Amino acid sequence: MNKQPAIKLCGITKSFDKVVANDHIDLSVQRGEILALLGENGSGKTTLMNILAGIYQPDSGEIFIDGERVSIHAPEDANRLGIGMIHQHFKLVDVHTAADNIILGAEPKGLFLRKSRYEKVREISERFGLSVEPTKKIYNMSVGEKQTVEILKVLYRGANILILDEPTAVLTVQEIRRLFDILRRMRDEGCAIIIITHKLGEVMEISDRVTVLRKGKSVATVETASSDIHTLTELMVGSSVNLSIERTERTHSGTLLETHHLSVESDDGVRMLDDVSMTLEKGEILGVAGVAGSGQRELCETIAGLMPIREGAILFKKKNIENMTPRQIFQAGISMSFIPEDRLGMGLAASMGIIDNMLLKTYQDAKGPFVRKKDARLKAETITEKLRISTSGMDAPVRLMSGGNVQKVLLGREIESDPQVLITAYPVRGLDINTSYTIYDALNEQKKKGTGVLFICEDLDVMLELCDRIMVLCHGKVTGIVDAAKTTKEELGLLMTDAAGKGDTENVD
Amino acid sequence: MLTDFFSRFHIVKKTNSAGTNPLLLSFLSLVAALIIGGLFILCLGKNPFAVYGVIIEGAFKIARTGAYVFKTIGYAIPLVITSIAVSIAFKMKFWNIGAEGQMIAGAILASYFALFQSQMPHWLLLLVMVLAGAVGGGLLGTIPAFFKCKFDTNETLFTLMLNYIALSVITYLKDGPWSETPGFPGIAKFADNARLDIVGGVHIGWIFTVLLVVAAFIYMRYTKHGYEISVIGDSINTARYAGMNVNRVILRTMFISGALCGIAGMIQVSGIEHTLGESVAGGRGFTAIIIAWLSRLNPFVCVLFSMLFATLQQGCSGSALLKLGLSPYVADILQGIILFVILAFDFFTQYKIVCRGRKNA
Amino acid sequence: MNGIINLLTAAIRAGIPLLFGTTGEIITEKSGNMNLGVEGMMWLGAFFGFYAGLHTDSLILALLCAFAAGLGGALIYAVLTVSLRANQTVAGLALTIFGTAFANFFGLRMIADNGGFLPKLSPRLTGILADKPIPLLGKIPYIGKLLFSHNILVYLGIGIAVLAFLYMNKTRAGLRMRAVGEAPATADAAGINVTLTKYIHILLGGGVCGLGGAYLSLAFFGGQWQNACVDGQGWIAVALVIFANWNPVKAILGTLLFGMFEVIRFRVDWLNIPPAFCDMLPYVITTLILVIASIRRSRERRQPQGCGNNYFREDR
Repeated sequence: MNKQPAIKLCGITKSFDKVVANDHIDLSVQRGEILALLGENGSGKTTLMNILAGIYQPDSGEIFIDGERVSIHAPEDANRLGIGMIHQHFKLVDVHTAADNIILGAEPKGLFLRKSRYEKVREISERFGLSVEPTKKIYNMSVGEKQTVEILKVLYRGANILILDEPTAVLTVQEIRRLFDILRRMRDEGCAIIIITHKLGEVMEISDRVTVLRKGKSVATVETASSDIHTLTELMVGSSVNLSIERTERTHSGTLLETHHLSVESDDGVRMLDDVSMTLEKGEILGVAGVAGSGQRELCETIAGLMPIREGAILFKKKNIENMTPRQIFQAGISMSFIPEDRLGMGLAASMGIIDNMLLKTYQDAKGPFVRKKDARLKAETITEKLRISTSGMDAPVRLMSGGNVQKVLLGREIESDPQVLITAYPVRGLDINTSYTIYDALNEQKKKGTGVLFICEDLDVMLELCDRIMVLCHGKVTGIVDAAKTTKEELGLLMTDAAGKGDTENVD
Repeated sequence: MLTDFFSRFHIVKKTNSAGTNPLLLSFLSLVAALIIGGLFILCLGKNPFAVYGVIIEGAFKIARTGAYVFKTIGYAIPLVITSIAVSIAFKMKFWNIGAEGQMIAGAILASYFALFQSQMPHWLLLLVMVLAGAVGGGLLGTIPAFFKCKFDTNETLFTLMLNYIALSVITYLKDGPWSETPGFPGIAKFADNARLDIVGGVHIGWIFTVLLVVAAFIYMRYTKHGYEISVIGDSINTARYAGMNVNRVILRTMFISGALCGIAGMIQVSGIEHTLGESVAGGRGFTAIIIAWLSRLNPFVCVLFSMLFATLQQGCSGSALLKLGLSPYVADILQGIILFVILAFDFFTQYKIVCRGRKNA
Repeated sequence: MNGIINLLTAAIRAGIPLLFGTTGEIITEKSGNMNLGVEGMMWLGAFFGFYAGLHTDSLILALLCAFAAGLGGALIYAVLTVSLRANQTVAGLALTIFGTAFANFFGLRMIADNGGFLPKLSPRLTGILADKPIPLLGKIPYIGKLLFSHNILVYLGIGIAVLAFLYMNKTRAGLRMRAVGEAPATADAAGINVTLTKYIHILLGGGVCGLGGAYLSLAFFGGQWQNACVDGQGWIAVALVIFANWNPVKAILGTLLFGMFEVIRFRVDWLNIPPAFCDMLPYVITTLILVIASIRRSRERRQPQGCGNNYFREDR
């Protein structure tokens, strides 16, 4: 048997301008093995895999495939070497059929496309137990179907080195189970598989070995069987799991915000929030947990007045806010800082400096036709100092700042506006530990003042220690609202994946 | 071997502007363009220096028959106004390529008053014509904005279509209702009362233009409106999140953008052509798009590029060049070459080419 | 009946030059680049095609030169937008300015070289390019006149449009090219060479536009050089692309309709319609098509999603 590893990476380094995303990373995978690549958001997992897939070029380092040194300049090089990657954000052509997407770049030989391509795709999908209609257009598909197409695309190419970037984030429990079955089968057939995830349960379930990345460095590689969740978490975050975040006593009482049977639909008519009823009290931190895409974003946007309410009502201090504009809602004291995946998509204007960004919600308050920059400058200086923001200048575009600093600007501005309700989504995403604590302290300070904080986060450990109560969303439904001091991670995990099975209606079968 | 060599280089996007001075780069690209243009002239068997000399002389000479420089400025005025107009829309990432049609719409409405209401007092008439021009261009600019807001209709294609539609309206008016002699296409010359006054050698439009340049700079940089435009250009989501009424801002901005183009149309008919004809826009609306882009939407820089293109056009239109055996089309050829070179040089303001640190064995 | 046949026949002749430009631009846009330089490329094709025809007296060489000239213009555009990632709108407009001026400049010189008279192709070449019925087929009543009595460039134009349609929808390369135009990052990840694909189709599209110019200079004005021969036809072709929903076969029908309006422009006295309305109507219809497609949120009847943006693989 060939003992050469299928993939061996030595000292891979890649930086984007001044940010080092990958710092001398070593990694190897054998054939017939599933390697989990574990790390927090921003630890460099996706960048590393994009290098393997030929999307990015490494600044230095060496790649060996089956013991042979290769250079991967472009995706076609990766394809030729049998590397197939399933990206987190699907790479599909919307207006083409499933079959045309699957065969793209590896079509059957010949000048013309043949009708038989649909049959061929159907055959393959049946062989792997993945059902998809070959003639269906992608834009008519659900998320689960799209991923199926992505997987078929790789299988069709006969790739024997498979990379999956957070494949389970958008899937139902059944779909995940089926995906894992496929992966195991492929492993047994001799494929080498790398799966990127930050869900530890899945790591334990599917992988043979785990390589842990932290801040762009590979910190350890361990056998899954001889490890446990606790150890892996320690490796991933770099310190004890006990974060010892202070949970301040609640000193206020009374209801600030309530939603009653709230339902919301996306532009395409997909129900994103389904019958959500909850309350937010004065001086409490209410956590919202859930798998990515369970309706967290829609909950934030609906409360902030950016999405129309389909059914139900939102009351702020017993007053219906349904017909208020986003600006009226903000002036009433509801403030939202949402940190989306691309960070700058909502909340900040990327090409403007800190000062101009401070003006975003208050520029209309100035009298006359001009904006007043004086107060904004003061505010910018205050938060820069308070949250220790590092910047090359107050007028330098925030686009050029690091992700952590961008987040601080955003949160800082919201806190400075003295809100009664503060909605904050993923405020510590990609931040280092110290900065995270600065943020937790700031939130606790708000809590002391009597502000109701809606805290959306993906890190359950943080939520368990920081929040008073935790609401769990799954497919837009509330699957539970629990007392953070009394619950466990396991309980939350079960609620998130909705073990009771309520959320499986979307299944494509 | 060769591919190996090339694969050692790759392109990296710059995230900060350090390193290359954009002003220096602009200057270098202009020099390069003039050299390439010179080579072209050389290929024609002419002396590039002589030709450039003739162009400069033709654009700036002060002769007995009148100063050429005033004509050059007159040529530049509508370019400055329209390039500022589209800059405002571009800042909002609204790709208004309908400056041509908006100029025409403004010119048509203004011409109505010039042709049929010319008995009004002079200054009142001019004021009404300016307003009519603004309304005409503004409305034509608002239509695609409305559909963009309501149905997300592609504004590039929509504004492009409106250019043709506006142009055929002139043909219609010229052929029929507004024709000077029934049966023959052509519209009468404006009465003196409806013509812009000459101040300091150039029609009074230049004063408006100077004021506009300053006002546009302030508008974009220091007012609430300008702030809203910038935020929407950055991210519509952020703008909505900030509580802006995005649709209202888009409609308002496109009205302003169109209105300025309309005023440029009015100035062109009332100040230069003294009648309405199909050549009133004559591609100026498209040139304005190029100027706005080259100027990076800065009104002051728009003036510089407008003057550069006006110099070429005016300098090449004289008889001196014909004596050298070159037709006025040289102006557009040189303009094309300059554009190509500047576009190519622009690459280096956004990207850099790096050599891989280690050589692949 | 005869009147209608005459009208349609004239409409075909008036519309075909647009068909070349439209097909060329569809090929370009389908691969993800909006090239507003159609007018410029047609001018280049018109001049070089005519020049070659005048001096070599060979139709093949004239068409090859026209194709190469359009391709050369497109090459400038492709280098700027694909390799140097310049703004597509500005690069296209620049090409239009350059191509128009270049062709007119040398057009004037060609007239000067001819002693001030408009140069004319040899009778032999004009004869080859004349409208004439195809043997047998041309004898079929009505249909023969309508479909089989044109000059050979008409058939070339229709042939290219049909070929382009088959190429885009039925071949492997066509599938790849559409993928590049809709989603370059996806195509790239699938191992397709995005840069090469874009270059090939921008150049091909430019060449076809050049042929459209040659149709005008060689055949449309009876083999005599006209200094305004292209005169805005390239811009109409850009409009037709939208009218045809980026489908070359629909473009054939579109050019017929546009051609018809151009023809009845001169024959509408009896209807009392101002001729300018005939100029306007095709654009009004095109605009309506554009608006209706957006109201219906049609995903397929719209410009390819990659148009207007240049692809850079390492963009994050």
